[in-house]
Order: sequence, then C-alpha cells, then structure tokens
Amino acid sequence: MLLLRAFCARGLYSNCHNVNPNATAVGGIYGYSHTTGGYDGGQAEYVRVPFADVGPTIVPDWMDEEDAVLCTDALATGYFGAQLADISEGDVVVVLGAGPVGLFAARSAWLMGAGRVVVVDHLDDRLEMARTFAYAETINFTQHKDVVVELKRTTGWLGADRVIDAVGAEADGNLLQHVTSAQLKLQGGSPIALNWAIDAVRKGGTVSVMGAYGPIFSAVKFGDAMNKGLTLHANQAPVKRQWPRLFEHMRSGYLKPNEIVTHRIPLEHIAEGYHIFSAKLDGCIKPLVVPGAA
Amino acid sequence: MPYTADKPPLPETPEQLRARIPGWGADLDPADRPSFPREVRGLETGAHWELPEQQEVHQPRERSIEHARLTPVFGTSVPLKGLSGVIRRYAYQRFSEGRAAHWLLLIAADRVDAVESHLVSFATLRPDDPVTETGVLAEPSHHPVRSRAGRVDVRHQLLDPVIVVGPWVLAGVVVYRGVRAVVRRTRT
Repeated sequence: MLLLRAFCARGLYSNCHNVNPNATAVGGIYGYSHTTGGYDGGQAEYVRVPFADVGPTIVPDWMDEEDAVLCTDALATGYFGAQLADISEGDVVVVLGAGPVGLFAARSAWLMGAGRVVVVDHLDDRLEMARTFAYAETINFTQHKDVVVELKRTTGWLGADRVIDAVGAEADGNLLQHVTSAQLKLQGGSPIALNWAIDAVRKGGTVSVMGAYGPIFSAVKFGDAMNKGLTLHANQAPVKRQWPRLFEHMRSGYLKPNEIVTHRIPLEHIAEGYHIFSAKLDGCIKPLVVPGAA
Repeated sequence: MPYTADKPPLPETPEQLRARIPGWGADLDPADRPSFPREVRGLETGAHWELPEQQEVHQPRERSIEHARLTPVFGTSVPLKGLSGVIRRYAYQRFSEGRAAHWLLLIAADRVDAVESHLVSFATLRPDDPVTETGVLAEPSHHPVRSRAGRVDVRHQLLDPVIVVGPWVLAGVVVYRGVRAVVRRTRT
C-alpha cells in the first residue's frame, strides 16, 4: 500500500504521514526523540536537510537574520495559534502563557481584529513583555486566589470568546499534576492550562491549543468542554504555510519578532543556554543560539 | 447584574485600536489568514513527487502497527539497542498507539536507555558529566536566587530529588533484600 501525499496536499503541512514511522498521530520533528521519527536536531554549525529543495525558503534580503530564525518556530506557531482561535472583530481573547509562542499569539490576535487581549502568566518579566510587545492586558495568576474566577470577572462573568493555550505540557500544575506529569510522565503533560482554558472560555467559544502535549493521556475536563458547546482547535503549526503572509506583516512593520529576544548564547555554551532558558534565570524569555559568537 | 445576550462593551473602539496597535485588523478577513480554510486543495507545496523514494533500511526499523508500511523517510539518530531496544521493539510490535501499555513501555525503555547510555559513556574517553552537560554551571553567574524569588513553579522543586531518587533507592532496597534472602536460604 502506498502512503501518498495524503495531508500536505491539503495544506496540513505539519501532519505529514510519510516521515515518522514511530507514530501515526504526529509527523517528523527534528531533535524531538524517537517518538517523532528519530531525527537529529538542527542546533549545529552544519545540518543535513532532507528534501532541502522543498522545505526551506529563501530569506529575503530585507529580513534581519534573528527575525528569520524566529519565523521557523515560535512566531509562526503563535500566529497560527491565533488563527486556530477563529477570532472575529471585537472578540475578547485570553492567552494562557507569556512565553515566546504566547507573546506572538497575543500580538497576532490584534492582527485578526481582537477587541481585548489578556495574557496570563506568573512571571513578571514576561507579563511586562506582554504589555509592551503584545499590547496586552495582563493577569499574574499568583496574585489571584482563583485565576478562572478573575477571568470570568473581567469578561462580564460570561467568559472570554476565545482562549489560546500557549502553555502545554510544561505547566507546573498542582502537586498531583506535577508528580504524575513532569516527574513520572504518567500524563502527557500537566493539563492545568487546558483546564483553565475550558473553564475560562464562554459557552460556544473556541479553545485554541498549540501548547504541546505528549502522546499519553492527560486528565482533561472534557465533560465541561462538551457541556459548554466548545470548539477545540489544535495542531502543530504548518510553518511554511504561514511565511508569505508573515513576511508581509514584518515588511509592513506590523511585527518585529526579535524584540522578544533576551539572551544570545554562543553555540559553545549551549548547555548553559538551555539551563538559563529552562530555569528562567535572569528573566530569560527567548534565547537565540549563535554559532561562532564565543 | 443580569446576564445579557450582548457582550460587555469594549474599552476601545476599532479606530482607537487601529491607531494604537500596528497592523490591527490586517487579517480581519479570514481569507487573509494563511491557514484559512484549514484544508484546501491545490496549494503549491513544492513537493514534486507523489511518493518519496524509499530511504535505505540498514537495520530493522521499528514502526507503529497503525502504519500500513514503513514510511518512505525515517530518522536514524536513535537506533534501537540493548535492553531498551528490546523493550521498545516489543512496545511497537505488540501495542498500537491507542494502548496505554505502548506508551508506558516506551517510557520505561527511556529510563533503561538512560542508564545504559550512562554506563556505556563510562567506557569512553568522554564519560557523561552531569556538571558540564546539564548547564548547571550557568547558575552562579545568572542570579539563581533572585531569578527564582516569588515564583510558584519552584515550590515543587524541593520534591524533585525525592521523586527522582526515591524509586532508585526503593529498587536498591528491594534488590538488596532479595539477594540477602537468597544468600541466606542457600547457606541454610
């Protein structure tokens, strides 16, 4: 039996069925272990690129190299996440997570005509970036007894029209969620952000999920999603499909992606760079790895 | 306060938002959004094949039994090996992705692989070094205390050593007691 271009030919570029023998749910991802095909990552001085005549694109002369790097993942994913939310003019959009993807999703929500954008996180540096880069209102969930109640209060007690989960499996969650997901890997990630999203969105609203979760089950409040008549949209970002329009926005001055870059790490110090990013030291929001910078 | 069908009034008008936020509403029309509609025929993907040429298979390549065949392209960076390879191959051959056993076996194999890889590294000129390879040396120069002050995500970190080391200690005690019992029984 053949595996033809089943999904990319429909525009589902991130759902390729031809490159990951290890699983049918997820496509191939570079540097993401054997569950996504067993491909090496690309943070090196030289990389081998399968299908290099198809996948990459030419960086335009006018584009800053740092902006080009951000187009390959975080920016395209955030922009796509805002599209998954089906935003209409005047919608109240809540973005959970003020990491790079959440910041870009919040900024992109305005492009689609949002009437209010509210970003939720617990790190003050990131919330400050959400206010300055993404022009968003912010909520530090540690300053509220129950963030869902605060989100209901700020949306006229009905909930937000659209909620975007830009956290995914990385959430810390409560003790049970932390132990079962982050430590023992018995859940596909702590679902606290997704459960907040289901609770904080209004009835009939849309939840956009491009925070990544693992393949094993997670304890998600699916009954509430059903009872509220929610639309759940989720996917890995079809990155290349985003580029032409994103390039237009960048050239028009609507987006300057590298404004969120806080650290530039020489390739020789990449282990330290990952630790700084992962442990969120020194207000690290987005580091870039720079070959030959040491 | 009564619930109403109308949404609460927004704090700013579209004109105010357009004046304040670069590009506000540029993608207001869904037709301007690159992933609308999500599925569309006739996109110029650049792919010039219907079926990519089959990559050479140099050793049996594990695959999900939900696939009709080995995919034309696959990664080669993590070939199956050792006991972890036996566990992974069993998980792939026996259980579909829909079975919890599939993933739990793969998670267990990850832990076995970690131990195997650490042991193998000790037989090389570059043994694993958790001090330099985890990046923890960045801590002293990047304000480790101030960076974590008031953060909620650090409250569980005190538990991490217990959760990570605990199963190893427990396994060690069980093995020790088992061996001791066998030795005592053989002596008597």
